[in-house]
Amino acid sequence: MVHRTGTAEPASGFSRREFMRGSGAVAAATALASQSQAIAQQAKGTKVVSGEQTISLNVNGKAVQVKAEPRTTLLEVLRYQLDLTGAKPVSHDASSGAATILVDGKPASASVMLALAARGKKIETVESLAGDAVPKAFVTHDAEQCGFCTPGFVVAVRAFLNQKPKATEEEIRAGLNDNICRCGTYANVIQAALAVVKGGANG
Amino acid sequence: MAEVSYTWPAKDKTSVLGKRHDRLDGLAKATGAAKYTYDINLKNQLIAKGLGCPHAHCRITTISADAAKKVPGVVHVEILRQAGAEIEWEGELLAVVAAESEGAAAEGVKAMRDALKYEALDVFVTEADLEAAKAAGRTTAGAGSTTLEKEAGDDEDEKEFEKKEIERLLKESAHVVEGFYGIDVITHCCLEPHGSTVEWQDGKLIAHHSTQNVSGTDDQFAQPLGITAGDVTVHCDHIGGGFGSKFQADYWSIAAARIAKETGRPVKLMLDRDQELKLGGSRPSGYIKVRLGADKDGIIKVWDSEHWGTSGASGGAVAQGVVPYVFTPKNLRRVVTNIKTNCAQQRAWRAPNHPQGCAITHVAIDDLAAKMGADSLEIFKKNLGTDDEPGVGGAKPSVYAAEMDIAAKLMDWKAKWHPHGKGPAKGSVVEGLGMAIHTWGGAGHNSTCRLKIYPDGSVETQCGSQDLGTGTRTVMAIVVAETLGLPVEHIKINIGSSKYPESGPSGGSTTVGGVSESHRRAALDALAKIRDLVAAKLEVNADDLVAAGGKIVSTKDAGKSVSWKEACSLIGLKPLEVEGKYVRGMTPTTMSSGGVGGVQMAHVAVDRETGVIKMKKFVAVQDMGLIVSPKQAESQIYGAVIMGIAFALFEQRICDPKTGVFVNAEMATYKLPRLGDIGEIVVELYEPESERSRGVIGLGEPPVISPGGAISNAVANALGVRVPILPLTPQRVLEALAKTPKA
Amino acid sequence: MKNFEYATPTTEAEVLELLADGGQAEILAGGTDLVGLMKKMVINPDRVVNVMEVPSFKTLEQLDGGVVAIGATVTLDVLLSHPYLDPYPAIRHAIGGIASAPLQCQGTLGGEVLQRPQCWFYRGGKGLLAAAGRDVEDGDNRFHAIFGNSGAAKFVSSSRIAPALIALGATARVVGPSPTDEQFLPVEALFRIPRHEGERENTLLPGQVVTHVILPPVDEATSATYEVRHGEGPDYPLASAAAAIRFEGGFIKDAKIVLGQVAPTPWISHEAADAIIGYSLNEETAEAAGKAAVASAQPLSMNGYKVQLAKTAVKRALLLAAGKETGGF
Repeated sequence: MVHRTGTAEPASGFSRREFMRGSGAVAAATALASQSQAIAQQAKGTKVVSGEQTISLNVNGKAVQVKAEPRTTLLEVLRYQLDLTGAKPVSHDASSGAATILVDGKPASASVMLALAARGKKIETVESLAGDAVPKAFVTHDAEQCGFCTPGFVVAVRAFLNQKPKATEEEIRAGLNDNICRCGTYANVIQAALAVVKGGANG
Repeated sequence: MAEVSYTWPAKDKTSVLGKRHDRLDGLAKATGAAKYTYDINLKNQLIAKGLGCPHAHCRITTISADAAKKVPGVVHVEILRQAGAEIEWEGELLAVVAAESEGAAAEGVKAMRDALKYEALDVFVTEADLEAAKAAGRTTAGAGSTTLEKEAGDDEDEKEFEKKEIERLLKESAHVVEGFYGIDVITHCCLEPHGSTVEWQDGKLIAHHSTQNVSGTDDQFAQPLGITAGDVTVHCDHIGGGFGSKFQADYWSIAAARIAKETGRPVKLMLDRDQELKLGGSRPSGYIKVRLGADKDGIIKVWDSEHWGTSGASGGAVAQGVVPYVFTPKNLRRVVTNIKTNCAQQRAWRAPNHPQGCAITHVAIDDLAAKMGADSLEIFKKNLGTDDEPGVGGAKPSVYAAEMDIAAKLMDWKAKWHPHGKGPAKGSVVEGLGMAIHTWGGAGHNSTCRLKIYPDGSVETQCGSQDLGTGTRTVMAIVVAETLGLPVEHIKINIGSSKYPESGPSGGSTTVGGVSESHRRAALDALAKIRDLVAAKLEVNADDLVAAGGKIVSTKDAGKSVSWKEACSLIGLKPLEVEGKYVRGMTPTTMSSGGVGGVQMAHVAVDRETGVIKMKKFVAVQDMGLIVSPKQAESQIYGAVIMGIAFALFEQRICDPKTGVFVNAEMATYKLPRLGDIGEIVVELYEPESERSRGVIGLGEPPVISPGGAISNAVANALGVRVPILPLTPQRVLEALAKTPKA
Repeated sequence: MKNFEYATPTTEAEVLELLADGGQAEILAGGTDLVGLMKKMVINPDRVVNVMEVPSFKTLEQLDGGVVAIGATVTLDVLLSHPYLDPYPAIRHAIGGIASAPLQCQGTLGGEVLQRPQCWFYRGGKGLLAAAGRDVEDGDNRFHAIFGNSGAAKFVSSSRIAPALIALGATARVVGPSPTDEQFLPVEALFRIPRHEGERENTLLPGQVVTHVILPPVDEATSATYEVRHGEGPDYPLASAAAAIRFEGGFIKDAKIVLGQVAPTPWISHEAADAIIGYSLNEETAEAAGKAAVASAQPLSMNGYKVQLAKTAVKRALLLAAGKETGGF
């Protein structure tokens, strides 16, 4: 049954097209404008850089000096200059998860992060997880075949379990979909992640 | 001399073989320490990238290196295809640009592409449409044959008789199915693309090459470079996926070697992602029109089909031997048409021909069940025949039948099954069951293992094989450890160099049989020598000595034994070195053989409003003879099933009909399943003594064959409508439903 | 990637200054879209201005009267869990659909809304309009537009969050090109259907930047986004719909329904809203809204199935917004 109210047009004075756009925006406008004006008065002079730079990055707990052009990605720096080849170049974007690292403790794709944009951040690669329970669980549950996606997957599982240390199987199946594995290790990865949860090695 | 018997120990007598072990290189892979070809960076190396042809069919009119050479950082450009060349597929490399960085190489390639001129020629990429292919002049007759129980009379025209006989058989059939089915081209999509890092040292080439053919690639490099195979070292410790696509040196890697020589610097050339999908390998498509006739019990009496497809620019379709798949009806007519498309030529894809054969023919058998209102499992089973009068090829009917019973139990088939399209709906979601069966050879390839036992007791092997992720290293260590009575960790396995003794390419599930043979033989031969030394020392008969638990011990008197270390101290100063050699068919062997059967069942849910399919459960029961390493064997099957879910539901090469461009050649658009897409997968290793006694048989291919057919059948069972072409995308499900409104 | 100049300003004024004098400049936020496009050399800017270090772009505030102002560089993972977003489930659903932790943690609200189209012709270097649309018309257009496609543009707007923002009546604060220029635009006004190659799918002028998205008070409205996705993971949906509805006495008083992935812009369906205002919400009325939403769809040669998906997305978004079963998985 379809029920219809008395009138064809809504009784409310609110026009649909203005739906939910009230006076709130005006209040926001005032607040935001005053805020940004204040900031605009601060000192200017941001440097525009081009060409190769020597920059300092914090990688796996160490300060390292690397060379980077503006176009150089963090992934290139890790792989070509620091011999940290765990993060892999599988796609030009972040669609495979193979280049997943931790940036300030959160998962990120080194493939789409410019090296210059990584300054001042805490960068951790899979190599820093050598003693962690996650790679061990991957071995125990044979959650790797060719292994090319594995480092990215290990970091993804670590990051996921940091957020959800008591994750259920259902949550694992719903929450670890950033990484593509061509060999088909997913069933084993689920078991590895569950084992880490059960082992209580999530800090 | 101690007697050597080249056999395996009985199942209850093993301590390492057939037990569960972690893979040897597991931790290295999981922590990023394992170095793949892409990870090998040499001092002062150049990064090279290829310029792919932007059009699927064209003639190059202008190609120039000038623009690229002006890009800062570009060091060298080699043009591979000159003006005048006709290019037959998009992505074909026209030139290679070597530069100081990835960015500079990419910029150089772009500059060349912007300056490239070509004359566009006609494009054909839509091979599912046979009539369009004919109209475009892209078809050639393929194989084809007719087999009939009755023979033509002396005065009858053979073709006329065949035609009449087929029609008669169909007419007399109690049930006839007429169907159209298909499966699109997919790519290998190795996560590590094809490529190499190459360098020259003193006129010799060292090629770090992503290959599943370590021993067989040196000569492929040597010939075009005008050197000998002995001047080439191919090296590959770890490979990021191959699936049949990485047997070759490949022209781009040879170009990299030329550039390395020219510039005097190491060169790294790995294909870009889109190039990997466009050039790195694809699996032929298969489409079929079939008429099938069965008797009142559902036994197939006659099969009449025409199938077609493409393997790329050289044409070629799915082999007729897999049509129909596994089942062998007595009356059979097959017509095959090859289609040339403007796409790169196929490469072997895990179990060549079989997945397509299964996906386009076991669906017809399921449609027979649907038409009869019968249980699909019963129809599949009835058509197996008996071991004396088989209705199938490959494995014995009794093997398939036993596996069907196991699978049905694991799936709870009987309780869950309902007639096609007659299951209950929850909202717009309906569920269904389907199955398919498969076979594969998987006999071992030639392999030689050099085994060294050092006076300090350490054990090391060398073999020019490779580990695709199947667990080859682990298998080798298990075999040697079992033979020498040592723990797996004691064995140092060396593979991945063409300088090691030759071993076959890892394709067709041939590796495990081959390397198990060579390593077992080497270890048995070495052990015989050690038994002789120990026999002399203990003054016992060498034939009474066995290796077990880290000792060489007498079976007659357990008190007579020496530790492994002590036994090895008898070797002398130089290590004991033996070569174990296996040549296919050289002697009758009980250690390996070929020919396996497998059964798979799928349980799916389908949303009729969106066409989205979800895997609920999948059961895979697999025979593989003697199981060396069950943990890795299970992983192979899990992986194969997931790869099967990929081509059943997700992946397809999409070529633009207008331009021939492979438009979804990126990870973001070449759709693959994710962790949440796989549902529950149940793997059962089938190893009764009857099958174990056949020795080691390869496993890589067989379990990837059936998922397409099984999942398609489950979807048909759910919907009561056949979605004819794989992958079963939401689009195709909705289009099939729209064509066939639910009664 | 072409090399470019690079700068990391820390104030809004600096951002505008750097955008004004840098040739063709691109704004870099999380980089999840732009960096890939630059690697493929689809976009080749002279200058890249990284706005991630501007503190005022990172704020997330609840202002007077229940207004929520979200800085353009607030990352999606923050929005996913922040209590300020509790009243706006449509946004949560959309972010949840981007099922990749790196994409959520690196991706920003501004970047997500203004990401470039996923169209494979565009990303394959054929231009946004792909030969004035002819390559799409005659080519493989299975994922292309079923609305708003009568001109040259046939790609689909890719943002997954924009439909929800529009349904909820969100406003964007846009500044530039000159330091004193400031506008508050409805989010839908950020989008347009380009008419010729060179014109972008967003209305921002060179030198303009979105600094904040402002959500009005929810005022008892319920909302939801429903995406039809082929599989799990971050891949783009085949069709989606966001709906915001407000009930009065059990009947729908107001509704705004916005479809995603079906047109070169987020596609507001007044027809769908008209079809249900004044009715109660149930399976039948939701279905009627879905039908009304797609009544004027004009599919291309290969994407007729998207009509059914768009219809279902509208129906299910409405049911979800009303807290009812969708009937799907």
